[in-house]
Amino acid sequence: MKPQIYLDHAATTPMRREVHEAMEPYLLEHYGNPSSIYEIGRQARKALDASRDAVAEILGAEAREIVFTSGGSEADNLAIKGAALAQRGKGNHIITSAIEHHAVYDTCRYLEKYGYNVTFLPVSAEGMVDPGSVAAAIRPETILVSIMHANNEIGTIQPIAQIGNILREKSILFHTDAVQTVGHVPVDVGELGVDLLSLSGHKFYGPKGVGALYIKKGTKIEPLIHGGAQERQRRAGTENVAGIVGLATALRLAVDEMEETAARQRDLRDRLIEDVLTTVPHTRLNGHRTQRLPGNVSFCFEYIEGESLLLNLDMRGIAASSGSACTSGSLEPSHVLLALGLPHEIAHGSLRLTLGRDTTKEDIDTVIDVLPGIVQRLREMSPLYDASTIIR
Amino acid sequence: MYSDKVMDHFTHPRNVGEIPEADGVGTEGNPVCGDIMKLWIKVEDDRIVDCRFKTFGCGAAIATSSMITEMVIGKTLDEAKQISHRAVADALDGLPPAKMHCSNLAADALRKAIDDYLSKKKGAKVKHG
Ligand SMILES: Cc1ncc(COP(=O)(O)O)c(C=O)c1O
Ligand code: FES
Repeated sequence: MKPQIYLDHAATTPMRREVHEAMEPYLLEHYGNPSSIYEIGRQARKALDASRDAVAEILGAEAREIVFTSGGSEADNLAIKGAALAQRGKGNHIITSAIEHHAVYDTCRYLEKYGYNVTFLPVSAEGMVDPGSVAAAIRPETILVSIMHANNEIGTIQPIAQIGNILREKSILFHTDAVQTVGHVPVDVGELGVDLLSLSGHKFYGPKGVGALYIKKGTKIEPLIHGGAQERQRRAGTENVAGIVGLATALRLAVDEMEETAARQRDLRDRLIEDVLTTVPHTRLNGHRTQRLPGNVSFCFEYIEGESLLLNLDMRGIAASSGSACTSGSLEPSHVLLALGLPHEIAHGSLRLTLGRDTTKEDIDTVIDVLPGIVQRLREMSPLYDASTIIR
Repeated sequence: MYSDKVMDHFTHPRNVGEIPEADGVGTEGNPVCGDIMKLWIKVEDDRIVDCRFKTFGCGAAIATSSMITEMVIGKTLDEAKQISHRAVADALDGLPPAKMHCSNLAADALRKAIDDYLSKKKGAKVKHG
């Protein structure tokens, strides 16, 4: 059953038909291995090269600086473990933030078991990393800084270029997880001043299971996957040709329409935020009011729990997500919401609505229409909520 | 991921609310995820004649709360005390493994409400006796 209103584009996006069409020949007739010398192999190689060129050009990089991976998680792992291992002789200190995606956060935690020291920088109440705190955390043995470009839960866009400036003159590698920004807001590796940048195809209407890592020329990185000489020996394995073609096609399409799509989404986003904040009392907006992804809306509704909210929205055909403990599988509320300083019970009532290129004004109107009633009904069921004593 | 019965109790929870002059009240917090349930009982001749609840929690927590109120109304205190969290889950045609702990909330809140009633009764007896 297809949700009538899909508002979980930060989780994944529907693949565009044009992308599927571009991929299909490489799944069927052009099935050759790009490393083979005969015709169908050469066709695959050509498509691979063209895709790499396109991705590189969009990011302001060179083709040989792009390594295709199995997705954003692998790109993050390759950047962090690969850089940490390659620089083992130089130092063992890594700086990251308290709100990174698990692909970065857990990778750093993992490295702690192997003798690396990690500083998890706190963020402001709006989820912003202070560039000054990055500078202050640098030690002689610091080898890597990894700060995400925009947060997947609360949408806050980080001052990456400013941090890049701080690190530019230093021999410290700078990685950014740009999985949520690539294809949505302008991303240029030179302007950001990064050495490593992760992206993922399925976040911009491309296929799942394919991503890329930008590795600036001259950056030493140890591969995670050993085997064949693919990807300049930085990532072994026969390339996912169709997936890579799909990623590049999707990225090209996303960038072509970026300005228009982002402007439309920002309008809808701001209306949704304003309307919900005015109609539903005891509601907070998570993340930064303006420095936020065009499609991200994240609230905490006090006195209620996120999963019940999601189930109710689902019954109205609205697909969304929550950082509540009850939906996390780990039964801990999201580390991102806790890092904002929210108490457990408030983090519990979180709702993330992420808009896409096909989200309409009517979709947003429907949400604005049904949400207050659902919240009210759940509050009436909550032992924490006593309508008579709460002053509005 | 939830059974139809869970969804039924979640969408149409039975016996939501408070009992103003309740004979026993139990509040239980779920140490696993931080959810909270409050349950009220009315007792006549050692039999639960009414039961209401309020729950701050996930779909499974709300459904098990609702289910347990249906299960206890009409039961004697001894019978009600025997209701295990597993029995509540079974009555809902099961819960996903990750959600089994949610049913503790309802079973424990019920036990606390019964204990509350019993200790009040004892207190009253001591006073009059
Ligand atoms: C910020 C961020 N980083 C990394 C990932 C992981 O990407 P993938 O699902 O392609 O492994 C995601 C998406 O889940 C994300 O939002
Ligand atoms: S009560 Fe929190 S997960 Fe069910």
